[in-house]
Amino acid sequence: MIRTLTIEDAALRRGGRLLFEGVSLTLQAGQACALTGPNGSGKTSLLRAVAGLVRLEGGAIGFGDVDPHDARGGGLHFVTHADGLKPARTAAEELAFWSRWCGGSEATAQAAAEALELVPLLRLEVRRLSAGQRRRLTMARLLAAPRGLWLLDEPLSPLDARWRETFGSLMRRHLAEGGLILAAVHDPLPIPTLSLELPA
Amino acid sequence: MNRLVALLARETALAWGRGGGPMVAVAFYAGVATFLPLAIGPEPTRLAAIAPGAAWVALALASLLSLERLFERDYEDGALDQLVLSPAPLELTCLIKCLGQWMANGAPLALAAPVAAIGLGADPASAPLTLACALLGGLAFAFLGGIGAALSLGARRGGLLTAVIVLPLFVPPIIFGGGALDAFAAGLPWTGGFALLGAYALATVAVGPIAMAAACRNALS
Repeated sequence: MIRTLTIEDAALRRGGRLLFEGVSLTLQAGQACALTGPNGSGKTSLLRAVAGLVRLEGGAIGFGDVDPHDARGGGLHFVTHADGLKPARTAAEELAFWSRWCGGSEATAQAAAEALELVPLLRLEVRRLSAGQRRRLTMARLLAAPRGLWLLDEPLSPLDARWRETFGSLMRRHLAEGGLILAAVHDPLPIPTLSLELPA
Repeated sequence: MNRLVALLARETALAWGRGGGPMVAVAFYAGVATFLPLAIGPEPTRLAAIAPGAAWVALALASLLSLERLFERDYEDGALDQLVLSPAPLELTCLIKCLGQWMANGAPLALAAPVAAIGLGADPASAPLTLACALLGGLAFAFLGGIGAALSLGARRGGLLTAVIVLPLFVPPIIFGGGALDAFAAGLPWTGGFALLGAYALATVAVGPIAMAAACRNALS
């Protein structure tokens, strides 16, 4: 389980443009960090770099004593608006597949569906879900397969006030269990966080 | 292992629906096979001579139809990110995806192949060999197509690019399979061509996923 995330002097270039450089962060078990910055400042790219999906131009990312390969192969969750849900499949099929893919079981998927009040929606095709319902279906992965580090890209944006609060308490519980959260946000998260601002 | 079984089930189901699914591919196949007597003339002797080869070429073309979206949709909707962030090696994931494509598209096309060949006038005795060649050839087509689909990720009109990339790679299975079918029709030993087709198909299964995984990683970064 990931207990530490360190970003040292990270620099990232996308499409020939230097997005940021000299970005550093240390996150310990139980800590969350809000990643802020204007549109196009590289928040999503930094999350993708932590997930190992894009390579840094300079600097390093470490996961404490966990090997980066293991950390990225099953040690972290990455939740974005690009949720990988197929419109023609039912919510139940997608939930069952993604929780199994992330290493959860049928029981944990069921528990996640109950916690996120997805049960009445499970028979619907994904195309019939609203943006907020889709996001809840995506977040069910976080609960169905516990992983140390959550990388969240605008986690609250499609959620209404009540679900923002509920998700806040889920994040608090994750932190209390020794988890870590790095979230790209525009609005502040409903939990105490460190903050890292990327320059324009 | 559990997760790979789940992935195979999902990929097969998705491939069944992708680009109209196997029924569209089979209909396209039937259409191309019907064109031949219209273009070449309906004399049975002339048609029978080219029937096995013609059915074989039409099969290769029909198997191209649904390849375009094999990786494209997962790439666009973020599923590929999630598939990468897993303890399962990406190579194995790509192998499963192509296997799903083969089960949902290659296998129905293979079942249609003997029907098309006999419809064009091939000897009914060649049906089992036609089916076996189509199954093995379809495996090679699915894995070669996967390489093309992964390489053309992010390109505009990726489907066309996929076809251009993979057509040259389709040459060996076309030659081996067509050779085996021709030899069988002529009463000559056909096992050589068939064995080479099998070897080529297995080689694509072994090597293809490595190329696909590299192409996917490159497209994501």
